[in-house]
Amino acid sequence: MTERVFNADSVPALALGYRFQWEPAQNCNVLLYPEGMVKLNGAAGEILKRISEKKQTVAELIAELKAAFDGADLDDDVYQFLEEAYNNDWIRPE
Amino acid sequence: MTGSDQNKAPGSIGGSIGSVRDQVRQPLWLLAELTYACPLQCPYCSNPMDFANVKKELTTEEWLDVFRQARAMGATQLGLSGGEPLTRPDLVELVREARKMGFYTNLITSGVGMDASKVAELKEAGLDHIQVSFQASSEDLNNLIAGTDAFQHKIEMAKAVKANGYPMVLCFVTHRQNIDHMEEILDLAINLDADYVELATTQYYGWAMHNRDQLLPMKDQLERAEAIAHRYQEEQKGNMKIYYVVPDYYEERPKACMNGWGNVFLTVTPDGTALPCHAARELPGMSLPNVKDMSVKEIWEGSDDFNKYRGFEWMSEPCRSCDEKEKDFGGCRCQAFKMTGDATNADPVCSKSPHHHLVEEALESGRLEAAKEKVDQKPLVFRNPKNSKKISGL
Repeated sequence: MTERVFNADSVPALALGYRFQWEPAQNCNVLLYPEGMVKLNGAAGEILKRISEKKQTVAELIAELKAAFDGADLDDDVYQFLEEAYNNDWIRPE
Repeated sequence: MTGSDQNKAPGSIGGSIGSVRDQVRQPLWLLAELTYACPLQCPYCSNPMDFANVKKELTTEEWLDVFRQARAMGATQLGLSGGEPLTRPDLVELVREARKMGFYTNLITSGVGMDASKVAELKEAGLDHIQVSFQASSEDLNNLIAGTDAFQHKIEMAKAVKANGYPMVLCFVTHRQNIDHMEEILDLAINLDADYVELATTQYYGWAMHNRDQLLPMKDQLERAEAIAHRYQEEQKGNMKIYYVVPDYYEERPKACMNGWGNVFLTVTPDGTALPCHAARELPGMSLPNVKDMSVKEIWEGSDDFNKYRGFEWMSEPCRSCDEKEKDFGGCRCQAFKMTGDATNADPVCSKSPHHHLVEEALESGRLEAAKEKVDQKPLVFRNPKNSKKISGL
């Protein structure tokens, strides 16, 4: 594993040309990008929804998720997802 | 239709939407060929040879109705293509409404007919993505192949696209006449600060099929070009993404064309004919349903055309018993028909096909043509209404 791109102070944003939206026909959240679409699972959808809606640091994002999901211990999962999403070119640090 | 459409069907669309194939068939991708009007005359155009026969285009309202229907069926990607879509005076309105419906809107253009204010207007209307096609890296060759003086303008438009905050996506359709310029092509892309470059090998449908002898690249050309493309891919990592599509005539296995017939892809032509792929009009026995006569849902689910090559029942050997049929669906129906005369045959690109020799023969025919003195070579036939009428006997 290479060095982490995101830390508590990074502000993740959707990569240029990417759009997040709810797809009723798919019954899930998706990421749309030039000529493509990724269907997101529940957790990925919750994270990317927040990233697409407002600028905030990873720490703030995690706090928000914890508040929404009964204080679950999800730090590692969020960091891991952010790195994966970065490697897929979905997001970048601002 | 601009170059990138050629690439689209088998390559990027199939690949990127492939991950949702577990679902029931949905027309996830709507390619709207708004018009056959085009200021360029590219001799590899995938529009049908008889495009000049189509006089009446769908109206704005008719297009919006098609968009709404497809969107309700789950379509997320909308390709606005042609011809040159910029020749439609209602383009901005179509974009605005499509975007409101929730489409990801892709404009596939040569850039001819665009100016900086138009780019800004499209941006304001919510257009998500513009892809500009180039015919070659140098002015002379570009203009020769496009049959018009467009190069400098394209450069300016590519810059305007970038300046408006779009990712810059450039498409170069490669063939024998330009593939030796691979380095210049990629240097041009770097100079323009492109984010994505599609190096799309010409596929032999429509006009490209007509000009195949003059367009097929030679094996040594391909090897050189491929090595250069791979070198640039390495060098540009994290900076510019280069998609290199391997030409299927040199492959042993066929492409998974359209990611399966009637599976995710729906083309609507300027006159409203619905097709499972943009080349399918050339196939025999098509009923060519029109969106003016029936709903998109009826066409997608119930029409003979869209059901014709779905699943595996229609296949003949060697596809029928092949353990790779779920991977490549037997390749391309149009290529099978064009080369073997029967659309249910295996795509002759496949080395298991009893017709594979036809691909070898096509390559040999191209080699013979390339070996001729310049003056003895067949001239390229450019895609324009005059040639369309002449060749189609209209």
